[in-house]
Amino acid sequence: MADFKIHLLVCGGTKCRSSLSTILTEQLRTEIKNQGLDDYAQVVTTGCFGFCEKGPVIKIIPDHTIYTKVKPDDAEEIVTEHIVKVRKVNRLLYKDPKTDKIITDARGMEIYKKQIRIALRNCGMIDPESIEEYVARDGYAALGKALTSMTPEETIQVIKLSGLRGRGGAGFLTGLKWELTRQTHGDEKYVVCNADEGDPGAFMDRSILEGDPHSVIEAMAINGYCTGASQGLVYIRAEYPLAIERLKKAIQQAREYGMLGEDIFSTGFNFDISIRYGAGAFVCGEETALIHSMEGGRGEPTMKPPFPSVKGYLGKPTNVNNVETLANVPVIINKGHEWFSSIGTERSKGTKVFALAGKVNNVGLIEVPMGITLREVIFEIGGGIKNDKKFKGIQIGGPSGGCLTEKHLDVPIDYDSLVDAGAMMGSGGMIIMDEDDCMVDVAKYFLDFTVDESCGKCTPCRIGNKRLHELLVNITKGNGTEEDIERLINLASVIKDTSLCMLGQSAPNPVLSTLENFREEYHTHIHDKKCPAGVCKDLMKYEIVPENCVGCTACARACPVGAITGERKEIHIIDQSLCIKCGACMDRCKFNAVIIN
Amino acid sequence: MNKLRNLAELSNLKERVRSKTRFTDKIKDSGQPVQIRVAMATCSIASGSRETMNYIVDELDKRNVDATVTQTGCMGYCYAEPTIEVTLPDQEPVLFGYVDVKKADEIIEKYIKSGILVDGIIPVNYKRIDE
Repeated sequence: MADFKIHLLVCGGTKCRSSLSTILTEQLRTEIKNQGLDDYAQVVTTGCFGFCEKGPVIKIIPDHTIYTKVKPDDAEEIVTEHIVKVRKVNRLLYKDPKTDKIITDARGMEIYKKQIRIALRNCGMIDPESIEEYVARDGYAALGKALTSMTPEETIQVIKLSGLRGRGGAGFLTGLKWELTRQTHGDEKYVVCNADEGDPGAFMDRSILEGDPHSVIEAMAINGYCTGASQGLVYIRAEYPLAIERLKKAIQQAREYGMLGEDIFSTGFNFDISIRYGAGAFVCGEETALIHSMEGGRGEPTMKPPFPSVKGYLGKPTNVNNVETLANVPVIINKGHEWFSSIGTERSKGTKVFALAGKVNNVGLIEVPMGITLREVIFEIGGGIKNDKKFKGIQIGGPSGGCLTEKHLDVPIDYDSLVDAGAMMGSGGMIIMDEDDCMVDVAKYFLDFTVDESCGKCTPCRIGNKRLHELLVNITKGNGTEEDIERLINLASVIKDTSLCMLGQSAPNPVLSTLENFREEYHTHIHDKKCPAGVCKDLMKYEIVPENCVGCTACARACPVGAITGERKEIHIIDQSLCIKCGACMDRCKFNAVIIN
Repeated sequence: MNKLRNLAELSNLKERVRSKTRFTDKIKDSGQPVQIRVAMATCSIASGSRETMNYIVDELDKRNVDATVTQTGCMGYCYAEPTIEVTLPDQEPVLFGYVDVKKADEIIEKYIKSGILVDGIIPVNYKRIDE
């Protein structure tokens, strides 16, 4: 049996494959065979290295060499030099663009990795249903440290100095929030974990609760110690059954091990956690609505102030934090605020977890340091746009966020830069769109969502967004006028100014940001009655080009509504009054005779 | 299990678990058996990780391979689910993507039994904060 001493790992990511890594793999295999090294070296393909602009990439183990921009013709040299003569091929080694230093050992390339896992430190590492594995990864050490050697004030001070800001979207300083709750007098106080994750396409909080529930429990106990609360509540949507199951198990285990309950670490501190279920309403992510829902009332927001830190759950001082915010807390206590604040930018510290979705090659859950650019996220971590299409836009912050474009690719991702660019951090949904996406349709989609999720309490949100949606529907149907753009802008600003809560205040954002960045596309819909991306069906017309049609009847047979007529070997015609624009004829035609007009 | 009453007891538990399970990518001579982690978040399970995990547990047993198989949370590589991490004794952990039953069979036969790498490795693209 072969006992390979050398493994050549060739990147088989989409981007590297498009730059000939498949041929390279074959060449390497042939070369190894030719030189009689079959039993000594093997070539295997891997997933994306996240190094796409330097592709194709090869990693050789056991000596951790990384070769970049390798061409199929380089195969012979690599085999002869590296494997036979054990000499590295210098010209293919990675050169640090800043220092011009050649990297000979891939372990020295750690610093080029774009992601740092802090909130996700245990996800994919420990068994989430085992408290012992969590303890093995320094679990509950932060709680122990805070309880036995720090005062609540000192602990709050560490969180404040770390610069941690709320990861649910608004970015309020976490330490300050804790301090405000501590300073409010109350016979009973509560800490609440907001696990009501509602952005379409976002699953950061679910992943943390499913992969590392104890980190949230530990942080809530620390929070309770700091604010003076002895009761914690997790508000989680019932549509996350696995997260709920694991959280329940974790709470049970924490009680068994004395990490929840009475006299924790023999310090006299008591704390316990219970779970409250939400029915999956988007508005219940807003903290006042969330509290009303937990109290058994309707999930409707109320005016702030009073803030929950003064008058929250059952009228008592309440501290509400998002899941991801909490997941950062134990590490900050363990490693110190200096360590945490050394990561990120001036005003946004640490990392942010994003759910990368849409038209990128490597969709996934990523955690990046604040300050990384959109370009790095999309084209390196994300591996570029699917099928080599052109990047068009990225929706950040879900339905409340904004749509950024190519000109924003070098914007650093932090709370303030994103707001300046016209989007927001939000909870961490990132949806990438390519040339096949219609921006008017995207705005309509998000508005559709907020109209559906509006609680209906205040008029601007309930009726205003509905009217906004109607205007967009009109435009996508080809009935829009130039005045509609003015109407959209006016209505949007009224809704933003007069809505009660953030849901209404931010609902027009996708409309405003697409108007700002893709005004042309609105014009084309209104004046030319065309949808450039070919998405808005009412503006599309499938037609048959007579010159290309051979009369094979394939399209007529594919048409589900019988809209295509024509005899065999004669030119076919689509009856526009019957056509439902499903595109089946276009998919079926082998002669490019069906076009969209 | 008795309650952990102080930091010393917490620390003891930590050391006890760490002597049985490896959480680091540093190679160390531990004498631990093969360790397999299967990503089992909602999305992984929807992509078939439960079938993969059951298959691996059954097959390792049938083929007399000494290994521990545990579930874990999201590894982050949604595009390549189901994903598993295999740590051979005295080796760095290796991550495999698109592990259906067929791939799992190949991984057991080639990598776990003979140390031969197979296609479908996923390079770890993040920094860890510890160790």
